[in-house]
Amino acid sequence: MDNLPWIFISALLVNNFVLTYFLGLCPFLGVSNSLETSFRLGLATTFVMLVTAVCAWVLNTYVLIHAPYLRLISFIVVIASTVQFIEMLIKKLSPALFRAMGIFLPLITTNCAILGLAIFATNRGYGFVEGVVYALGAGMGFTLAMVLLAGLREESELSNIPKLIQGTAMNLIIAGILSMAFMGFAGLFSSS
Amino acid sequence: MKKNESYEEFVKGIWRDNPVFVQVLGMCPMLAVTNSAINAIAMGMASMFVLVGSSFLVSLFRNIIPKQVRISCFIIIIATFVTIADYTLLALVPGVHKELGAFIPLIVANCLILGRQEAFASRYPTRLAVMDALGMAGGFMLALFSLGAVREILGDGALFGFRLFSENFEPWIVMILPPGGFLTLGVILLFFNWFKYKKDEFLADVAEAERSGS
Amino acid sequence: MSTDTLKQPAAPSSLRLVMTLAIAGLVSGVAIIGIYESTLPTITANKARELREAVFKVLPDDVSGMQPLVYRDGMFMTVEEPDKDEPVVYGGYDEQGDFVGYAMPGAGPGFQDTIALLYGYLPGEKKVVGMEILESRETPGLGDKIYKDADFVAEFSDLSVEPEIVALKKGTTTQPNHVDAITGATISAKAVVRIINETHAAWAEKLPAPGTEPPLTGEPADNGTAQ
Repeated sequence: MDNLPWIFISALLVNNFVLTYFLGLCPFLGVSNSLETSFRLGLATTFVMLVTAVCAWVLNTYVLIHAPYLRLISFIVVIASTVQFIEMLIKKLSPALFRAMGIFLPLITTNCAILGLAIFATNRGYGFVEGVVYALGAGMGFTLAMVLLAGLREESELSNIPKLIQGTAMNLIIAGILSMAFMGFAGLFSSS
Repeated sequence: MKKNESYEEFVKGIWRDNPVFVQVLGMCPMLAVTNSAINAIAMGMASMFVLVGSSFLVSLFRNIIPKQVRISCFIIIIATFVTIADYTLLALVPGVHKELGAFIPLIVANCLILGRQEAFASRYPTRLAVMDALGMAGGFMLALFSLGAVREILGDGALFGFRLFSENFEPWIVMILPPGGFLTLGVILLFFNWFKYKKDEFLADVAEAERSGS
Repeated sequence: MSTDTLKQPAAPSSLRLVMTLAIAGLVSGVAIIGIYESTLPTITANKARELREAVFKVLPDDVSGMQPLVYRDGMFMTVEEPDKDEPVVYGGYDEQGDFVGYAMPGAGPGFQDTIALLYGYLPGEKKVVGMEILESRETPGLGDKIYKDADFVAEFSDLSVEPEIVALKKGTTTQPNHVDAITGATISAKAVVRIINETHAAWAEKLPAPGTEPPLTGEPADNGTAQ
C-alpha cells in the first residue's frame, strides 16, 4: 500500500481519475474538442494537483488534527486560492502563456478531480511523498484521458455521424469504451 | 397565481429542465455512485438536502450578500451543508456512508448546486427558490435513480438487492463497472436526443400544415 | 428631485466584503462544529462496534473481550488509544480474561485496488483461524469472491503459517499451509495470502512468546489490574 510505483501507476492507468472515478468530467466532456487545448489544460491541472496535494498534506498534518470537521472547507479555500495565485503568477511571468491558457484556469477551480484528489489522499493516509506521487499520477492520468478523447473527437469530425448521437451522447459512449480499455490495466502490478 | 408559479418552478426541474438529461449538469462526481439503485437514491437525497438548504439560505440573504463575494459565500454555505450531511449519514447509516465513500464531500463540486444558486436562488424570493431547488433535486434524483436502476438490473440482476431474474441470468458485469456508467448515460442522452428530434420534427410538420393548410 | 434618483448603490467597501465573508465563515464554523460534536458519540460508538464485531468474527467463539496492542520502544503492550498511524493488533480474551488469540489487520494492493483485511491468529499453534475482508474493490463476480465465496473464506479457518501460507491452484493443495486459490480470480486470492504473510512477517519478531501475552486491562470485575 505504501508502494510508490503502485500509487503512481494506479492513479495513472488502473484507477484513472476520469475513466474509473468519473472525476473531472466537466472539462473532459466540455473542453476536449481540441488536442492542443486538452493537453495544456491537463498540464495546468497536474500542476494545480501537485500544489494541492502538498497543501492538503500540510493542512492534514498540522492543522486538521485539531479540527477534522473543517477539512472540506479548508480544502476548497486552498484550491481556489492556489488557482488564483497561479493565474496571477503566470500573468506576471509569461503574458504569452497566460493568453494561451488564461481562460482554463478558472475552469480548474471547479474541477472535481482536484478536490477528489485531496479527499482520496486524506482518506488513504498518504504522507508527503506519496501525496506528490499520487498527484503526479492522477494529473497525468487526467491529461491522458483528455488527450485520448480529444484525439478521437478530432478524428471523427470529418466522419458522417448520425445526428442523433452527436454531442455529449457520443462523447459519453466513447468514454465508456475508453474506460473499458483502461480496465485492461488492472493487474499490472500482480506480484508473486 | 402565486401557487401556480411555485408549482411551475417545481415541475420544470423534474422533466423539462432536468439537470442531468437536459442541462447535462451535475453528473460529474455522481456517476460513480450509480452502480446500484439504493446508492443512487441515497446520493440523490443527500444532494437534495444540500441543494434545498443552500438555496433557502442564499435566497434569504440574497440582498445582503455583496455581489463581489457572492460565489465565495455560496461555496461556504454549500460546503457547510455538505459537511452536515456527511456527518449525519456517518452517524445514522454507516453502511450507506461506506458505499458512497469520498463522494459525499464531492457534492460540493457538483456544478448543479452552485449553478442553481447563481442562476436562480440569488435572484428570486425564498419560496420560489426552495421550489426550484426541490424540483431540480427531484429531477436529479430521478436521473440518478434511472441510471442506478438500469445498471443494477443489467449488471447484477437485481433491484434494491432483490433478485429479479432466475439463476440462469448471466449479468452484464460491465454495467456495474465504470464503463457501464458512461455507456448508460450516453444511451439515455441518445434517447433524449431522439425525443427532441421527433418533437422538433412534429412541430415543424404542424407549422408546415398550418402555413399551407386552411 | 433628490440627487439620488438614479438609486445606484455605491460599490461596497472592502470592509463590508471582508465582514460578510468573516460572518459567513463564522456561522458556518459554528454549524459544522455543532454537527460534529453532536454526532461524535454515535460515530465513535459505531466504529468501536464494527471493530469489535470483526475481531470476534475472526477469532474463536469463546472470545468476549478485546484490547489494542502495540509495539513501542521494544515493548509489546496495551494502550488506551493507539497513535494514528501506529501498527496495532488486537488481543482477544475469553470470559476469564485469558488470552485466546490476536486479530491482526493487514492491507496491500490487490488486483484492482487496495485490499484491507483482518485475520485471527493463535500464536501457540501458529495458525490462522479466521479471515475477514474489510475493504476491497476487486472485480465484481470474480475478485469479489474473496469475501463472497464461503469456501474461500473457510480456507482460512484452520491454516498453518509455517513456513508461510501458499495459494495454489484449486485441487492441488496438500499441506496445512496451503490455500485453494479461486479459479478466475487467482490474483485477488494470492493478494490476500500475500497480505497475511507480509503482516505476519512484520509482527513475528515483535509478538511475545506464547503464554506471555499482556493481560486484559480495563475490563470490569475480571482481573486485578483495574487502572
